[in-house]
Amino acid sequence: MLKVTNLHAEVDGKEILKGLSLEVPAGEVHAIMGPNGAGKSTLSYVLTGRDGYEVTGGTATLDGEDLLALAPDVRAARGVFLSFQYPLEIPGVPALTFIRTALNAQRRARGEAEITAPAFLKLAREKAQALKIDFDMLKRALNVGFSGGEKKRMEILQMAMLSPRFLILDETDSGLDIDALRIVSDGVNALRGPDRAMLVITHYQRLLDYIKPDRVHVLAGGRIVASGGPELAHELEANGYERYEQAA
Amino acid sequence: MSLTSAIRDRDVAQLPSRRDEDWRWTDLRGLIRILPQPSPPFAGDPGAGVFDPLATQVVTLANGRGEAVIYVPAGETAWVALRILSQGDGAHAARVSITLADGARLHLFETYEGEGGYVAQTSLALTLGEGAGVERIVLAADSAGGVSISQAEVTLSPKSEFAQTVLTCGGRRQRIETRVAHPGGHASLRLDGVYLLADKAHADLTTVVTHAGVDGLTEQLTKGVVRDQARGVFQGRIVVREGADRTDAKMGHHALILSDRAEVDAKPELEIYADDVACAHGNTVGALDEDAMFYARQRGMPEADARALLTEAFVGQVIDRIDHNEARDLVRGWAAERLRP
Repeated sequence: MLKVTNLHAEVDGKEILKGLSLEVPAGEVHAIMGPNGAGKSTLSYVLTGRDGYEVTGGTATLDGEDLLALAPDVRAARGVFLSFQYPLEIPGVPALTFIRTALNAQRRARGEAEITAPAFLKLAREKAQALKIDFDMLKRALNVGFSGGEKKRMEILQMAMLSPRFLILDETDSGLDIDALRIVSDGVNALRGPDRAMLVITHYQRLLDYIKPDRVHVLAGGRIVASGGPELAHELEANGYERYEQAA
Repeated sequence: MSLTSAIRDRDVAQLPSRRDEDWRWTDLRGLIRILPQPSPPFAGDPGAGVFDPLATQVVTLANGRGEAVIYVPAGETAWVALRILSQGDGAHAARVSITLADGARLHLFETYEGEGGYVAQTSLALTLGEGAGVERIVLAADSAGGVSISQAEVTLSPKSEFAQTVLTCGGRRQRIETRVAHPGGHASLRLDGVYLLADKAHADLTTVVTHAGVDGLTEQLTKGVVRDQARGVFQGRIVVREGADRTDAKMGHHALILSDRAEVDAKPELEIYADDVACAHGNTVGALDEDAMFYARQRGMPEADARALLTEAFVGQVIDRIDHNEARDLVRGWAAERLRP
């Protein structure tokens, strides 16, 4: 699925990723943990193609295809989805309109027919119900005036409706209380499957009690400095990142 | 100094120029070296207008010809499509007079439709009786080579309501001006505008509202999206005369500039000579939010689609304020057509 090799990337001329290598096979969930400033968000933006994140070396491929050469919307159509740490407010665009526009753009890019309005509304109702989102909220401007937890739920709803293959969750637990965390995690877990892979970026171990990873990687100083099983997350929670920061 | 007399006398010296403070961004004297011959009669069939299906009466002024005297009797409601057509490279001027008796209502659907390199002037006088109501919707689709100046003088009476939404895609040089005599007396005024400009289009939305009596309400929201080498001008002046207490006036102008060579000139002015008033204005000019663009693209929208969605939403907040349901949908479609790739 995803293969990142010796990736180097700069922001404003400052090198943030310094030779990062990572492999996430289909069917697996990998967690990336690390201290603030280690390059966690940079990795998610580089993989999704945000302007201002300049790749200076290395490769990133999805099923063998060079991701870095593709425009952000083409990557999305290939199945790459980023759940934002701070989802954007889109004034004047109802959530339903935004999601339908995105879904149809992806379908067009893949040479598929657009979804019909009734089929879309049925899908939206179904997914909203599963995430305990009031359907009327989807008629409001996307994320405008929503609480932090509502915004995160709206990210997962978009994810469920767009049905991506490679999911990146950037600090999805921040701003969530325990109940919301459970709902969001259930939503994410429902998307686990043999044809999908996920990268769960988090600062704390808490989220990983709900979304259980197959592998845990420690990102420090712009590189993966340690990898292990789920037990690594508990070790980090107990001992902190200090020794990895020194190693980096 | 007016375009009307300049056209009549074929005298460029009478054109407003950049030396006139009110015209400094829409200089006609510097643009027009020689005033063209008077326009010949309109040739051919202009076809149906976009608003015709919503109107009970269609009034057409073509190349300055035609009669436009509209009177709505007390207590009655009229739906009028007013089509102002310009064709060819000549000059012409048209006059429109609209009067509403007390309690009358008018839905005025006004379009400017042009073809060629004409110089056109349109003067409108709108007079509202007590408790009368007008919703004026203007779609201005002048030609890229046309010069078009529309000037409306609106006179309100106590308890009357005047709501206006102007949408334009500009012209070689275009100005849509609205001057309102506001008597207060719980009369209410909404003056909205949208300019969507590309290539070398120029549009100037100028409004002057004079509050002369107590208890007047004015609300104004104008938004613009400007790309390529286009230029948008917004001049909004609200004057509150001495004694026009308890005037409540709000003015907002917000523009998006989508290219380095596009330009927006804005002059919001509040002149307040009364003591007890609530007046506010806000003015912003900026680029499209890059974060929102990336967010939309990450969800799969190509750049042009994402830009169209965000700019449609931006101006949609003005269009949403249109009362007439079918007209609102039609106007939304008109704007979308000009914002989509």
